[in-house]
Order: sequence, then structure tokens, then C-alpha cells
Amino acid sequence: MTLRQVLTFPVRAVLGRHATQSLADTLFRAFTVACAAAVCLLMLAIVLELIRNSELSIRTFGFSFLWTDAWNPVTKQFGAASSIYGTLVSTAIALLVAVPMGLAIALFLVELAPAWLSRYVGYALELLAAIPSIIYGMWGLFVVAPYLADHVQPALQATLGWIPLFDGPPMGIGMLTAGLILALMALPFIATVMRDVFTMVPTVLKEAAYGMGSTTLEVTSRVTIPFSIQGLVGAVFLGLARAIGETMAVTFVIGNAHNIEASLFMPGNSIASTLANEFTEASDPLYLSALVELGLALFAITFIIQMIAQVWLARLKRRAGGRQ
Amino acid sequence: MTNPVAAVPASGAREHADSHIVQPPATKISVRNLCFYYGAQQALFGNSMDIAPNAVTAIIGPSGCGKSTHIRVYNRIYQLYPDQRATGEVLLDGENILAPTTDLIDLRRRVGMIFQRPSVFPMSVYENVAYGLRHHYRLRRPEIAERVEQSLRAAALWDEVKDKLHQPGNALSGGQQQRLCIARAVSVEPVVLLMDEPTSAVDPVATAKIEETISTLKERYTIVIVTHNMQQAARISDYTAFFYQGHIVEFGVTEEMFTNPHLKQTEDYITGRFG
Amino acid sequence: MRPRSKFTRIWADRAVKGISGLAVLAGLALLAWILYTVLVRGAAALHWDFFTQLPAPPGGSGGGLGNAMLGTVYLTLLAAAMGVPVGIFAGVYLSEYGHSSRFGHVTRFMVNTMMGIPSIIAGLFVYTILVVTVGHFSGYAGAVALALLILPIVARTTEDMLNLVPVALRESALALGVPRWKVTLGIVFRAARNGLVSGVLLAVARVSGETAPLLFTALNSPYWPRTLSEPTANLTVTIFNYAMSPYDNWQNAAWGASFLITVAVLLTTVVVRVALLKGRSR
Repeated sequence: MTLRQVLTFPVRAVLGRHATQSLADTLFRAFTVACAAAVCLLMLAIVLELIRNSELSIRTFGFSFLWTDAWNPVTKQFGAASSIYGTLVSTAIALLVAVPMGLAIALFLVELAPAWLSRYVGYALELLAAIPSIIYGMWGLFVVAPYLADHVQPALQATLGWIPLFDGPPMGIGMLTAGLILALMALPFIATVMRDVFTMVPTVLKEAAYGMGSTTLEVTSRVTIPFSIQGLVGAVFLGLARAIGETMAVTFVIGNAHNIEASLFMPGNSIASTLANEFTEASDPLYLSALVELGLALFAITFIIQMIAQVWLARLKRRAGGRQ
Repeated sequence: MTNPVAAVPASGAREHADSHIVQPPATKISVRNLCFYYGAQQALFGNSMDIAPNAVTAIIGPSGCGKSTHIRVYNRIYQLYPDQRATGEVLLDGENILAPTTDLIDLRRRVGMIFQRPSVFPMSVYENVAYGLRHHYRLRRPEIAERVEQSLRAAALWDEVKDKLHQPGNALSGGQQQRLCIARAVSVEPVVLLMDEPTSAVDPVATAKIEETISTLKERYTIVIVTHNMQQAARISDYTAFFYQGHIVEFGVTEEMFTNPHLKQTEDYITGRFG
Repeated sequence: MRPRSKFTRIWADRAVKGISGLAVLAGLALLAWILYTVLVRGAAALHWDFFTQLPAPPGGSGGGLGNAMLGTVYLTLLAAAMGVPVGIFAGVYLSEYGHSSRFGHVTRFMVNTMMGIPSIIAGLFVYTILVVTVGHFSGYAGAVALALLILPIVARTTEDMLNLVPVALRESALALGVPRWKVTLGIVFRAARNGLVSGVLLAVARVSGETAPLLFTALNSPYWPRTLSEPTANLTVTIFNYAMSPYDNWQNAAWGASFLITVAVLLTTVVVRVALLKGRSR
């Protein structure tokens, strides 16, 4: 007799061999359902806990918390405006850089590169995606920020300094640097999804266009992109979701100042960077609650983006055919 | 139009405005008024027929007529999908296998199934055949080896794989993989073998080999084969059932059906006028 | 009809081709720059003691991060032990039982959303339930926060890999009389084995490099990790603390730790790709 047979003997004796199997099937299914339920319950718990712990702050500041530009732990005035501003602006910069770059890379991989090169560039993109965010932070703080401060920001100021965006002390650390680092972090996700979307365009369509004498640019802009526009938007959402919750890289280079400044060279903060920097130092209950409320705001923003992205991608999949 | 269930002699002819059924003299499986539903949609309408033992019964008909749906009731494989259900009776050796108390595991041992595309398990050739054996029986290693050899011989595969027993199953060719699936089904001593278009994904040479195997297998097993290839049905089967849109239109001895079909619809299908 | 200028069309085409080539070069150059930086500055900080000693005082010399390395290993393994099984079986549910059921759709949505939660929020949540309640920071809390990150990734990759197994394989095993649970654990898992294992390994590797969830759960510690019920040393929070400090020796140590983390994560990614996912494009 095997060990399993010994252990299941009492059940088999009572139920009979095949009912035992049936019981095993039921238990197995119940276990998988339990694990699935665990996921749902955890999500629910996260939302509830975030709300519960930010209650104090919500009651004290009300809705105006979201647009008040104040952050003073001493006088206990807290407002999320600069953090939300910083989160949105750094993400916007990231997308402004990463989306066109991702599009260009995807175009290269699908239309221009031979198969072997495409594969290796794909690997390189995967490596970029795998690098932990704190490494981006280290590289950003110690290498990129000084480089920007010494070479790029002065140049920008000289040429475009009349625009308030580029008018400020070239310190290296600041909103611009954070946005650029975020761009590099979001790039692999955007580029690979766009590449996958491009490869789904039926070859016949492209061949028909080429056959009429179109250039690559024309085929891409008139056939490929319009055909895959939904997928491309999905890719942008993915990059957006990645950038907006990013913590460590931003914390290292954004400067952590609770101000809203016009200049991109000035330091600022994002919700995530504020949490990372200040949470362990906060001892006052209202301070802590305000921080949790910040977290709740970030959660809400990412949740909404997730929902839009998922609905969008579901519609796309349904259009393309769905499961086997 | 449903076929009447009660008091049909086993060897009688049953004439209907829409169908012509001639039952075989002996019965292994007896189907009585079988209806099948995918959710709210009905797919089989009161099927009644008898499957003769130790013979090959072919089921033919145009795509979507319910052939596969019908035989998938015989081993209740449809049970995997919650929105599919069957009503009526299917008697295997006198016992109704649609009853809720039926032991599904034993049913599926006795009624084996071979699918359209060879579905070899991700293991060696030997392990593929031994898998069912190990699950259903308590055997010692030499006994298993013996049974594996017997099964592979029954599927006419032994000579080709006896030196490759421990290579992965999907290293074999398509035709060999399908015969491996036959060996696997045969290893657990079934009484009925269901085959759902077993040669449609396989090249002509392998098809011939598999048809040859089926002819030898019928000496020991009852075989029900779904095929969209009428020449195949004419070649290997003893009885043929012609299905159309979930109804059994005509059922009888193969030779008679093909040379002298009773219904125009059957004749049209057999001569290729539709389907 | 006057034709459009062929000249413009061709040069516009060439310009765009040039730009996309440049974009690729830029991406590759940036990757090379990062790796080069980590390699050079990190390797310079490594020495035998780095792996075996406790941290030196700020501004001092010598010392190492042996405790942090051990701590990261402990935390990652514990997080995997908690997150991977639940993730796998949630993925099994989604693939085997939950295609079209309402609960299946809800769970799938939750898994996707959970994957998108910023890692610092996971840390925040665990802080409120496991640190405030217990009264102190702990390695257990850190491991739980990491497990929350592993869980949805493993559930998603499990579901995707199991979905790739053809339905016919399941049906033929069932048709042989094998019970459902054995079909799933025996045949289906076996068929999807490479994909499942690589999904788990990649998730664990990714989570081992996370910092934010540990910032207010496991915190950090200058001592060897003897028990997980107190703040536990780990490489990533160490990097954060040391990098932000003004001390040279600590900043060097941060680079050494960065090097180690990067090598571990990238090596795992490459090995998994090469060994397990041969021939698959994703």
C-alpha cells in the first residue's frame, strides 16, 4: 500500500473508491476558489484599510485636501496639491518622451530590422524592464543628475530659457530629471506592447500598400497605425500605469520639496516620493493620516487608470477574437 | 420530430416520414430519446439507435450536425462544461450511464475515446500507455511492462516504437501519435472505443494504417467512429448512421445504406450534393 | 493632376527611418550606460569582507553587507513561500474553472488591478495591519508586503501558461478515467511546466529588487538577521539609506549592493529565458 492509500483509507472505507475521488475533486476545486477569493478579499482589505487610516485626515481637511498647496508638519497643515501636481507632471514628461520613442523603436523592430537584430533589441528591452527601480534611482542621482546639471540644463536654459519651464537653477535634481528617468523606465513596456500590436497587423494589408508604391513612412502612418490605434493607446496606458506608481527612482531625483514650481529644473515631489521620504519620520497621528490619505489618492488614481486600461484592452481583445 | 421510444424491437425497422432506422440484431449501447443542450440551445433531438457489439458503427453527416456531440455523451466527457446537458437514456450493457449515480471513472475506463488531433501526454511513449494502467490498477512493474507491450501491439505500433519506449511521446510522427493514443485507450481494457474523426489530422499513409488497426480492433471492442469522410465509412464500418441537424435521418447496415439509401436526403449527402 | 513631390516623400521616409534607428541606438546606449555604471562603481566596492561582515559606522572603513544579503534572501524566500502557492492556485482557478463565471471575471479584474498597485501602497497597507497592530516593525511584515506583490504576478502567469495547454489534452486525460484534480496537477501542469516555473522565478527575481514595500515594514538593521520579528537588514533599503547619506564609505557600499542586486535579477532573467523559454518569443 502506498502512503496516500494509507492516509485516505478511512475516507475510502466510508465513501467508496470513486466517491473519494469525487470528494478529492470537490476539495481541489474548493481550494482553488479559496485562493481566488483571497485575491479579491485582499484587494478589498487594502481599500478599506487605506480609507480607515486616512479618516482622521479626511475629517480634518475635507475634500480641499486634494487641491490645497500646503505641507507643514509643524503647523499641521497638509494638502496634497504639490504631490499630485508632481506625480502628474513627472508622468506627463515621461510619456511625452517615451511614447514617441517607443513608437519609433517599435517601427524599427517591425519594419526595418532583420529578424536577428529585432530579437536582440527585444532582449535589451527586457533587460531594461528587469532592472530594479532603485538602480535607476542610483544611476539617476549619481550619474544622470550631475550630467544634466553640467551639460544639458545650461544648454536648455541658454536656448529655451525664456519659457518659464526651463528657467531655473540647473541643479540636476528636479522635475525634469525625474520625468526623464521615468521615461526610460516606461519605455520598454510601451515599446514591446507597440511592437506586438504592430506585428498583429495583417501582412496582406501592408503588402497591398507597399505594392502601390508607398514608402515605409506612408504605410506606417496610413495603414499600420490606424489599424492598431486601439492597441497603441493600450500601450500608452500601460506605460502610464508604470510611471505613475513608480517610487524609488523618483524619490532619488525629484528633490523632495513641497512646492509647485513652473520651472522643470526646480525640485518637487510626487505622492510616492513623499511617502517614501516622510513616512518613517511621521509620529503625529494627523501627519500619518495625511500621508495615508496621499496613498489613498495615489491608489485611486492608479485604480482608475487600471480600470480604463482593462476595459480598453478587453474591448480590443474581443475585436481580435478572444480565447482559443 | 422525435422518434418514439417505447416498445421498439431490437431488430426491427422503424419507418418515419423523416427517418429510416434499421437496428442491428444485438446491442452493446442502446440510445433512447437522447436530447442534448448547449445552454438554451438544443443540439440533439430525440436520438434513438443501437450500437452493435464487436462491430464498427460509423456516424456521418455534414459539419455541425451533432455527430461529435452525440458520441461525447457515451463517455459523458461533456460533463466538463457546466452549461452542457443531456436528457434521455443511454444504456451500456443494460445500465443507463446518464444516471446521476453512474461511476464516471469506471465508465471512462470502459468507454475509451480517441480525439481528432493526437493528444499525447507530455511524457515518454511508455509512460503514456502506462498512465491509465497505473491509475486504474494496482500492478507491479513487470505486469505493467507486459500490458504496455500488449497495448502497443494491439495498436500495431509495437514494432515501430519498441526501441523508443523512453523517448518523449511527441517525438513520434502524427500517425504514430494517434496510434499511441489508441494503445493508451486500449490499455485499460475498455469495451467500447469512441473515435472522433481520428484520421482527419493525419496523412494518407498513416490513415490506411489506422484503418487497418480499427479492423483488427473490432474483434475485441465495439467501435463507434465519427467521420466526415464517406469513403472511410464505406470502407471500414459495418453499420452507418446519417445525422442531419441533430436528428438521425438514416441508420442501417453500411453496404445497404450506401448502395440503396432509403431517403433522398441520405442519397444526396452520400453522392456529394451537399455537406 | 499634379503628383506629390517624390523628393519629399523619399526624404520624409528616410528621415523617419533615421529617427527610429536613432531611437533604438539611444535606448541601447542608455542601457549600456546604466549597466556600465553599476558594474564599474559596484565592482570597485566589492571585496571579500563585503559578503561576510556587518556594516561599518558612517565615515568609517571596512565592513560589509553580509547581514543585508542574508536578510534579503530570507525575506524573498518567505514572501515566495506565502505568495507563490496562493498565486498558482488562483491561476489554476482562473484557467480551469473560471473562464466564463462571474466570479472568474471579478477575480481576473482583481488580479490585474493588484498587479498595478504601486509597491509603496502595498507597504502602506501592511504597515497598517501588521506594524501598527503589533507595535513594531518586523521582517514578517516585510515578507508579507513582498508576498502581496508576488501573488498577482504568479496568478497571471499561471493562468496564461495553463491557457496555452490545449483543451484536447485535458479531455483525453479525463476520457481515460483520470479524476479532474489529477488531470490538472499531473497532466496539465506537466505540459505547462516550463512556463509555470519561469513565471514563478521571474516574479521572485523581480520582487527581490523591490525597496518601497520594505521601507516601513521590515525597515533595516545593522545586525545579523536572527529573527524576523524585528526590523530586518536587507540590501534594497540599505541602498536607499546609504545613498542618501553624505558618507563616502556608505555610498560606496550602496553601489556594491546595487551591483549585487542587479546581477542577481538580470542573471535570473537571462537564465530563465535561455533555459526554460527556448523558442518562445515572449
